[in-house]
Order: sequence, then structure tokens, then C-alpha cells
Amino acid sequence: MKLIADVGRCVGAGQCVLTEPDVFDQSEDDGTVVVLVDEPEGDQLEHVREAVRVCPSQAISLSG
Amino acid sequence: MTEAVQIRPEQFPLTRECPFSPPKEYRDLREEAPIARVNLLDGKWAWALTRHEDVRTMLSDPRFSADRSNPDFPQMVMGRVQDDDAEKSLISMDAPEHGPARRAVLGEFTVRRMEALRPRIQEIVDERIDAMLAGPRPVDLVRELSLPVPSLVICELLGVPYSDHEFFQAHTATMVSRQSSVPDRRAAFQAVQTYLGDLILLKEKDPSEDDLLGRQIIKGREEGTYRHRALVAMAFLLLLAGHETTANMISLSTVALLENPDQLALVKADPARTLPAVEELLRYFTIVDTVTARVATEDVPLGGVTIRAGEGVLGLGFAANRDPEAFADPDDLDIERGARHHVAFGFGPHQCLGQNLARMELQIVIDTLFRRIPDLALAEPVGKLAFKDEAAIYGMYSLPVTW
Ligand code: HEM
Ligand code: SF4
Repeated sequence: MKLIADVGRCVGAGQCVLTEPDVFDQSEDDGTVVVLVDEPEGDQLEHVREAVRVCPSQAISLSG
Repeated sequence: MTEAVQIRPEQFPLTRECPFSPPKEYRDLREEAPIARVNLLDGKWAWALTRHEDVRTMLSDPRFSADRSNPDFPQMVMGRVQDDDAEKSLISMDAPEHGPARRAVLGEFTVRRMEALRPRIQEIVDERIDAMLAGPRPVDLVRELSLPVPSLVICELLGVPYSDHEFFQAHTATMVSRQSSVPDRRAAFQAVQTYLGDLILLKEKDPSEDDLLGRQIIKGREEGTYRHRALVAMAFLLLLAGHETTANMISLSTVALLENPDQLALVKADPARTLPAVEELLRYFTIVDTVTARVATEDVPLGGVTIRAGEGVLGLGFAANRDPEAFADPDDLDIERGARHHVAFGFGPHQCLGQNLARMELQIVIDTLFRRIPDLALAEPVGKLAFKDEAAIYGMYSLPVTW
């Protein structure tokens, strides 16, 4: 599963970072999402699914 | 095709059934008419949304505008306080203006930046609890802990002298109360506006990297985008949103945990439970409920009806957060629920900018309060406590506690 982040949609609420700090970070500059792991697996993948669910702006998705 | 539009008698804003339960009408609306026309104070009507899914859908749809200066925006209090040419703050902006304005301050509120504030927030909380322990009992928790903590934190972050807190706290309380007269609310608004305008003028002379307002001036000037009026509007919003909300959540959370000893015992037994407990308490109280309103800018089909351009919509967060389709046994306070898809911070592009600060403040306060004063108790029964039924942001006027 490939993790895709649309920085243009991101509103920087940081819900993804709270959910899985090993996969998501926020840019120092404008607070938008930074993906640290492109293809999360196992537990991380589960947490990413939760992050997709709580993200307020549909900025992150999984495909493949 | 004809649409069965539900026209309901409910007059908004409604009063909570009790401090722990939404207005009783919310359940009926959700079950009988999840998208219905309801009455507003000023004789107009708006669409009330009570289902979690609909509230989320509406708040993420850019065809609904957050512009609170639009005459069609559903009003929860009588009488406008701001002039028509008033500078818009973030919470009233739409795309394409909103995104860049939000990103200009977002870097100040990332999870990492908030974590860096943790030691200082802990220190502030410890100092307040030292003072409580040293003084006589009972203590008004609102005065001694709930208000000073977020107020000190936001003042330090922004670079606003805390010595002026009584001035702007008093004015803020006037502004958010539905019982204040329009002239009083206007005067309070103007007083804080002038105060912040003067403060920012001073900072413009010698902006410091040590506080948010200084950093915004420096960054804005470097990028050639700096505007005095825009920063005053931002400072105003942050100051207002930064202490009324969190303060009320601290008081309400304390009451809820004291009234649910089994839940409190779980929190006390394992500090790792505090953050999930905070999340559940946010859902359970949803203190910002009718603020998540919008006005349609185009005709939008939603849940079987068509919302026409110019019509107002209330995305009732408290109803959404008690929707059984989204949360099992929604009226139970269950700190182990693990449900983070609530809309207590709103949803979509305006979702609370300060949410990670609020979470951390709540986490530190709850942890520290019950660790340092394990036998904390209400000094009066819940029925006698003063809850803010007439405020746009729900909360408590005072909370006498003892130990
Ligand atoms: C428990 C505490 C809090 C709650 C329940 C809360 C709730 C909310 C809600 C529901 C919204 C969305 C309003 C809308 O969509 O119309 C919002 C927006 C906002 N909040 Fe909070 N808030 C809290 C704490 C804070 C704090 C501590 C700050 C600042 C430091 C803050 C700053 C803001 C700002 C600036 C916005 C507007 C964001 C935008 O329009 O892009 N809030 N808040
Ligand atoms: S949760 Fe969504 S909006 Fe928030 S920072 Fe992550 S990607 Fe951006």
C-alpha cells in the first residue's frame, strides 16, 4: 500500500502526527504534512488507516 | 421530484438538558428530521444538521462559506458587534484567502512545536496547584486553575503581558455571553481591539523572535505580506479562542471525572490513559457547538434536500458527537472508547488551529491535578454549580472544590 499526501489539501491539524508519529511529520515552515514512510506495513499501516479516517481535509490516502 | 422539507418549531440556540447532555431536541431532530429547517433568534431560519456524517460532509464542502460578516450567516446572538469593514480573521475566511492565512501561522502550532512547550506548561500548572495547596479551602477551581493556565500559556506564546489578563478576560466573557447587551459587546470588542492594536504597534518598532506576534511581524516583512490590521485580527482570535475554550474544558472535565469515579480511577491508575480520556471528554461535552455554522454560496444537495445559495446551515457538533451511528452508546462517558473521529474541534479546513495546544494543556492539568490532590472533591453538589447555559462556548462560571 502506497501512502499519498496531498499537501495542497492539508490544513495542518496534525491529527496524522498524533496518530502515527513514525510515519507522519509536519513541516517546520507551514505546518503541512510530511510523509516519512511511503509504504507503511503492519501496525504502522493500521495506524495510517486511522489517520486517514481522522484527517479533517482528506489530505492523505492509501492506494494499491 | 418533490422534496419533503421538514419544518420544525425548534428555536436556536437551545439549552443543554443538563451539563452532561445535549438539548433534548437534538435526539428528536436526528431521528425524525436530520436535516431540518429550524428557527433562529432573529426571526430567520437555518438548516440544522444533527448526523455525524452530514456535519462532516458540510464542514468539508467549500460551497459552504464561513464568512460571519455575510448577512445570511446564521446568527446565534442578536446584533452585530463588528463593523462591516472590520478585518476578517481566519475563522471567517474562505478559499482562496483562508489557506495562505492559515499556513502563515500553522508552523507555530505543529505537534512538535506544542511538545516543546510542555515543560513550561507543566511548570505553570505546578505553580497554580502550589498556590491552591497553600491557600484556604474550598477553592474556586475556575479562578485558581482553569482560567489562569490557558491564559498564561496563550499570553506567553503570543507575547501579551499577562498582567493585563483581568482586562481582556472580563471583556471576553462579555463578548461570548448571550446575555450581554449589544452596546456592551461592541464596547468590549472595541476595547480589546484597541489594546491589541497598541500592543502590536509597539512590537512593530522592535519585533522579537521570542514571541509569536514578533515572529509574525518579522516573517511577514521578509515575505512582503505584513499587514498590521491582519495581525491584530489574528491576535484577537488567538487570544479569545485560546483561553475561553480550554478553561471551560478544564472545569467540565474535572466535574465529569469526579462524578464518574470508575472513570477517574482508570485515569489515576495509568497516565497513558489521560490523553484518550481528554479526547473522550472533548466529544462528551462538545463545548463549541453552534459556532460550526456556515452559509451556502451555491445550491448544494445534501441528504435528500437542496440547500439553496444564501441559506444558513448549523453543523451541530454536539448532536454529531452523540450520533449512535458514529459512536456506540454515545451518551456514556467511556475514556477507553478510543474514538477520535469526533468533531469537537470542527472538521474541514477550519478545524481548530489550537487543538494540539488544547490537548496538551488538558492532559497536563488533569494528570497533575489528580496526582497532586488525589482526594479532590466537589465542595457543592453538581446541581448547585454555575454552568454557562447562555454562552456561545459552554462551560462553568465557578467550580468550588476541596480536598
Ligand atoms: C478545548 C479547547 C478548544 C475547542 C473545543 C476548540 C474548538 C474549535 C472549533 C470547533 C473550531 C472550528 C470553528 C468553525 O469551524 O467554524 C475552532 C477553530 C479555531 N480554534 Fe479552537 N478550540 C479550542 C482551543 C483552541 C486554542 C487553545 C486555540 C489557540 C491557541 C484555538 C484557536 C482556534 C483558531 C485560530 C480557530 C480558527 C481556525 C480556522 O478558521 O482556520 N482553539 N476551535
Ligand atoms: S491530519 Fe490531514 S490535515 Fe492534518 S496535518 Fe495530517 S494530513 Fe494535514
